[in-house]
Amino acid sequence: MAVFNLNINGKKVTVDVDPDMPMLWVLRDFAGLKGTKFGCGMAQCGACTIHLNGQPIRSCQAPVSSIAKNAKITTIEGISDGVQLHAVQQAWIEAQVPQCGYCQSGQIMSAVALLKTTPVPTDADIDAAMSGNLCRCGTYDRIRKAIHNAAELSKNADMPKAGKVGGN
Amino acid sequence: MTNNSNGRREFIKMSSLSGLGLVLGISALDKNFSLTKYGEAAFQLEINPFIIIDNLGNITLVNPRPDMGQGSTQAVPSLLAEELEVSLSKVKLIQSDGKAKYGSQTAGGSSSVRELWEPLRKAGAAAREMMTEVAAKRWNTSISNCYAEDGRILLRNTDKSFSFGELADEAAKLPIPKNPKLKDPKDFKIIGKTNPRLDVPSRVTGKAVFGLDVEVPGMVYAAIEHAPAVHSKIVSIDAAAALKIPGVIRVMKAERPMPHRKSEAVAVIATNWWAALKGKKALKITWDNTSYENMTTDAYFAKAYEAAKKEGINHEEKGDMTQALAHAEKTLEAVYETPFLAHAPIEPENAIAHVKDNGEIEIWAPIQGPDWALRDVAGYMKVKPEQIKINVQLLGGAFGRKAYHDFLLEACFLSKELKKPVKVIWTREDDITQGPYRPGMLSAMKGAVNGKKIAAFHHHAIGESIKGQVFQSLSDFEVDDWITGELSAENHKYQIPTWKLSWTNVKTDIPIVWWRSVYASNFAFGQECFMDELAHAAGQDPIEARLELLSDERFKKVLEVISEKANWKEQLPAGKGKGIAVFRSFESISACCVTVAKNPAGGVKIEKVVSVIDCGYHVNPDNVKAQTEGNIVMGLTAAMKSGITFSKGMAEQSNYHNYQVMRINEAPIMDIHIINSGEKPGGVGEPGLPPVAPALCNAIFAATGKRLRKLPINLSEV
Repeated sequence: MAVFNLNINGKKVTVDVDPDMPMLWVLRDFAGLKGTKFGCGMAQCGACTIHLNGQPIRSCQAPVSSIAKNAKITTIEGISDGVQLHAVQQAWIEAQVPQCGYCQSGQIMSAVALLKTTPVPTDADIDAAMSGNLCRCGTYDRIRKAIHNAAELSKNADMPKAGKVGGN
Repeated sequence: MTNNSNGRREFIKMSSLSGLGLVLGISALDKNFSLTKYGEAAFQLEINPFIIIDNLGNITLVNPRPDMGQGSTQAVPSLLAEELEVSLSKVKLIQSDGKAKYGSQTAGGSSSVRELWEPLRKAGAAAREMMTEVAAKRWNTSISNCYAEDGRILLRNTDKSFSFGELADEAAKLPIPKNPKLKDPKDFKIIGKTNPRLDVPSRVTGKAVFGLDVEVPGMVYAAIEHAPAVHSKIVSIDAAAALKIPGVIRVMKAERPMPHRKSEAVAVIATNWWAALKGKKALKITWDNTSYENMTTDAYFAKAYEAAKKEGINHEEKGDMTQALAHAEKTLEAVYETPFLAHAPIEPENAIAHVKDNGEIEIWAPIQGPDWALRDVAGYMKVKPEQIKINVQLLGGAFGRKAYHDFLLEACFLSKELKKPVKVIWTREDDITQGPYRPGMLSAMKGAVNGKKIAAFHHHAIGESIKGQVFQSLSDFEVDDWITGELSAENHKYQIPTWKLSWTNVKTDIPIVWWRSVYASNFAFGQECFMDELAHAAGQDPIEARLELLSDERFKKVLEVISEKANWKEQLPAGKGKGIAVFRSFESISACCVTVAKNPAGGVKIEKVVSVIDCGYHVNPDNVKAQTEGNIVMGLTAAMKSGITFSKGMAEQSNYHNYQVMRINEAPIMDIHIINSGEKPGGVGEPGLPPVAPALCNAIFAATGKRLRKLPINLSEV
């Protein structure tokens, strides 16, 4: 066991855990952030996608000991600005993307990262960035539409104030 | 709930109601779903009602259909809200707990709206009429002068109104109307309209709480090493390395209770699941697999192909098939094969069980049917149903898997031993290697063509039976009526002069169970591909050939609509082809048209999938579309991605790298059309799936001339 000081969603979090423990389980069982999901444990499904310094990573493959000091970890709980939902989340609601919703935290984290590097992605860009995220319910068509819509929303300075944080 | 006032208090707390007003129950035991009214006495009997309108106007509905993504948390309250004349957001849902008084509570068989369509609307209409009567009396006017709107009863042509809350207590004193008048569908405000699902925001913020996310005080975690050959026996366990892992509390023998038999297992108990998993990986177990080395899919299919050469048990025959084949101008024979498949929901199987000192058992789990779970837990743990409390959690996908309670009973077993709440979480490897699976099946087809007419059609369904294996309720001389129900002439409506349906049960120890659309996902492939073969043999257009055999107006309409929407008659360049299939399941009819094109470098690619569904009345067209999109993706995955194969008694696939699921880059362009036939509701969650695989293979034939009769197919090698 070892003590790790982490920066998660802008907050300092201290955990005392097995250094081998993947960030997935640190987040879920020691930081109380259950939005990041377990699906396969081998970076095949993307349900555990989080951001490490803005880059999407599969948290099931990232031992807590591999996280550099001062690295910024962002999870699904940390992508909105606290006032309104992230454009990607708004677009997800607008397109009614989720069915069961279990994979959608990971899908959204991948989409947010895509739009950061590629503000107006093509279908090919979406395929490349999103093909690591499985959805067994089959929501892919809506994910594609929602990403295009989110790109529009983000472009537009007068973003509609739909979808408050903590909706539902 | 043992104490009356406690019961009442607990329920009121749970539903955040104020004082009770009008309380209605739907008798689950009565075929006609008659309505019952409850007062305070309800809680003395511990009969929790279905619908409560309290004296502040809050409306609470006990939802008897868990939500696994199919949208029951919208569809179910919509039925009530429509007749009550309230907005959907006014109805608070409480998930039912499995108790018999709530009747059937399993999300399965695409049943939610089909079964609740009438009883819930009747309940809503009855409550509305009772409150209207109270209001009319207060205004000293006729009932026809009053109407309901947005949670109030209004007096026509005035600004007078009463809220439901102001009327509920008095309404509760009235008798329940025997035949409450249901709304005319043309006046529907919610049903049939696209409305956003209210639980979507929670599913994009990480706030939705799935089974995997639940914690209870004092719980420990379990990772379970299952038998590699599903039924292998333990020879020895070396737990030394596992026990050294920080957090590991104990290593113990466990068992995996399937409905028909138990398997041996070893559980690692820890303070957190990562430690339990690490402990599981550190176990050194010697297994004896010898009895199961011949449990292979090859051996199973070899037996099935042998059966295909013989006569099965005859289920129905119209005309004399032997004579029809003997005297036909042209006869055809073909065998179609569909593989074993895992459900592989992204949320793996998980459950918390707490077996308490006083013998009570509390469960928290993502399960499709609390009523079935209650029955299974009671039977396995040998306790009375009233000693069990089930808290159904959101399901992160299920597709049939989470109505099979081995993982839940594992948690019960461990909690009883450990005297603590235990959370069992399966790994993906457990999920893929252990089953239960959709069974692999054969359709052995024979047919005849005379001139341009399809003259004879024989479907011999072959394989393991769910009723036989899971419920041990099929004799060797009996036809599995789940299968024949889907393949009978009554279901497919083709009027072929000579017709036969037969069945052979080929047994296996590989565990099986229902999978999205059950046997329809297997046998639609044989039926609809062979229909295509016969149409071509008769020199007929595949849609025209089907229409010629159909007089059922709904089937004909579905085919006509897909012909138009898929632009079926367009002239395609060489190397492109369209394929069609139609199938009725769960009282809905769905057709699919796939367009494929040859790749210059070899193989084919899917250009487009068009799907049409006639599901009768439906609640939310957008959700029907969403479910159909899901069915197309899952149907294509089943047709194109790896199946489950067993060698030496063990599954050869273990995780998503070798049990692949369609990804976004492979998802085709989809176009979905809903026919509103005005018929009573059919299923939505499954019927879109069965026609997908046959439409794909029929399209490949149209584009390439190759008949593919064994799934899965590899598009790049076509």
